Amino acid sequence: MRLIIMDNADKVSEWAAKYVAKRIKHFNPGPDRYFVLGLPTGGTPLGMYQYLIQYYRAGDISFKYVKTFNMDEYVGIPRDHVESYHYYMMTNFFTHVDIDPNNAHILDGNAVDLHAECMNYERLIEEAGGVHLFIGGIGPDGHIAFNEPGSSLASKTRVKTLARETLEANARFFDNDIEKVPKRALTVGVGTVMNAETVMILITGSHKAFALHKAIEEGVNHMWTVSAFQQHPKTIILCDEDATLELKVKTVKYFKALGAVHEKLIEDNSDS
Amino acid sequence: MNIVTKYFNCNILKDGQILAHDLWVVDGRIENPEIIFYDNKKIPDIEIDCLGSLITPGFIDLQINGAFGVDFTYHNGDGLDIVRKGLLKYGVTGFCPTIVSTTSSNYHEILPKFKRCRGDEQGAAVLGAHVEGPFISGLKHGAHSLSNIKTLENSNLIDTYGSLDNIQIVTLAPELNGSMEVIKLLSNNGIVVSLGHTSSNMETSIQAVKNGATFITHLFNAMLSFHHRDPGLIGLIACPPTVEKPLFFGIIADGTHTHPAALKIAHKVNPEGLVLVTDALSAIGLPDGIHHLGDEQIEVKNSKAYIANTNTLCGSVTSLDECMRYFIEATNCSVAEAIETVTLHPAQVLGIQQFKGTLNYGADADFVFLGPKLNVQSTWINGQCVFEHNSGAGYIVKKTT
Repeated sequence: MRLIIMDNADKVSEWAAKYVAKRIKHFNPGPDRYFVLGLPTGGTPLGMYQYLIQYYRAGDISFKYVKTFNMDEYVGIPRDHVESYHYYMMTNFFTHVDIDPNNAHILDGNAVDLHAECMNYERLIEEAGGVHLFIGGIGPDGHIAFNEPGSSLASKTRVKTLARETLEANARFFDNDIEKVPKRALTVGVGTVMNAETVMILITGSHKAFALHKAIEEGVNHMWTVSAFQQHPKTIILCDEDATLELKVKTVKYFKALGAVHEKLIEDNSDS
Repeated sequence: MNIVTKYFNCNILKDGQILAHDLWVVDGRIENPEIIFYDNKKIPDIEIDCLGSLITPGFIDLQINGAFGVDFTYHNGDGLDIVRKGLLKYGVTGFCPTIVSTTSSNYHEILPKFKRCRGDEQGAAVLGAHVEGPFISGLKHGAHSLSNIKTLENSNLIDTYGSLDNIQIVTLAPELNGSMEVIKLLSNNGIVVSLGHTSSNMETSIQAVKNGATFITHLFNAMLSFHHRDPGLIGLIACPPTVEKPLFFGIIADGTHTHPAALKIAHKVNPEGLVLVTDALSAIGLPDGIHHLGDEQIEVKNSKAYIANTNTLCGSVTSLDECMRYFIEATNCSVAEAIETVTLHPAQVLGIQQFKGTLNYGADADFVFLGPKLNVQSTWINGQCVFEHNSGAGYIVKKTT
């Protein structure tokens, strides 16, 4: 595992975007060779998308031969609802770059057969040749995508009923009315993300500090689902200083000492 | 689905707010990118970098007597195309050519020439004629010739106008005998009744609104002054009667016809009903110098029109975009509020807000690119650029098919 500590959230966004750009360019995608990205939503990755749009506009990267798979989507809210992840991706990323809409995949929370939708999603990922780089964020309780505490660490894409705590946390996005918060979501499983070639998890803010501690300084535990990535061969955890508040000084010092090595990961001519 | 154009790097006025949003246009209409992306699975064929411009809906002028030397009332109805084309540089994409009180024979001759037409590269849309008179008060005739003013008792609508087909707005005085029936008849036929050139008190004005009037012609001008015991027609803007349709009022913000304090009062009292109109004369858009307009000789000096060789102002020559900028200066209102007085509100008066006056999905792609000083950089109709200012159009095409 690599733990990359940046000064602040903006630097995290910039580094993440540079890494994505670097990986896509290094892969040298083409009509018969698509780079496959797994994508998150939420506040943490927003800055990364903005940098990526900037790089696209400057002509640095293209998403023409990139396929994307989003992590999750609510069940039963209209696609154009401002809180839907379809809306988020369209507004914050897809319509600002040159990705082919046929290659941008998001789980359909309004599918008639939700189970079939999930099975089909796994199949699509498989057909795309697997995910090269899965990017994720986490919740303060250490959940990745909608894999809430107690989720199987071998889980695949499926329907999840959301915990009361999550509904309460999300009520602010739905007129502070918990009744309006979708009770279920479709989400990729921890196992789905584990299958990706590289996993990059963005963690910013002191409210996520305890989750980061649980993720990397204690054992693998399904109550902190992000801890599963301790067993992934290629995980990058990218955080800001605030998120390190609960870590041991030793942990922080060790990884900070590797700063020069980490910078190489986003240099144009280096191997990833 | 045909050509998809994306306008990016712009701020747009939508739902009363100025937001950094892209605008997507398909086949001359503003469309929802969500549907284009997820359902139609299309990417833009053309991408336009708007260089940070403010995109607003195209401006709409509900009262304009002529421009560029053309007078709608006195030039046999000719020259409409000159005005259509010329108004584009002021950001105007739709207008109601306005005819002042004239003779029946003149109405019969000229009204058939003011057919509604869509906007295109030839010019702004003609949204129907505004007949200001002749059923107005002899006490408040303003610049209208007294000899042309009529009562509803000795003439009827059809004898006077010929046909109502091309008429979109009728300005009349509600105190005339028989006016309530006429107001009902016109509004039931989809014609906007505007109250103006009137000595009407508040009570009669309220009755007129209850019978279907929805607009007031150039507030403060050619009506009774505000009186605190009978506020007259002006009083309506403070307490419009509760009826289905909201009440709007036109106001001339040219810095001459309405004092800034009066603009401020109108804006504070009823910002949602306020519509800027130019009430412009044919001299608008003419260079400085002596011009012949009808029988009159007029002189344009420093963008103001005077009766030649005098200091007597002879009507407004201020363009709608200039009125909008002046309105902000005079009232301190927000840019968004000011823009709505020349876009959404006039569209609502005409009941065409589904297609004009907004940048909502489904609306016609008529818009204006404004620069940092709210200067018109370019004007677009149905997604086509129809005017570019020579100092910069405010955009560059980034990608074409």
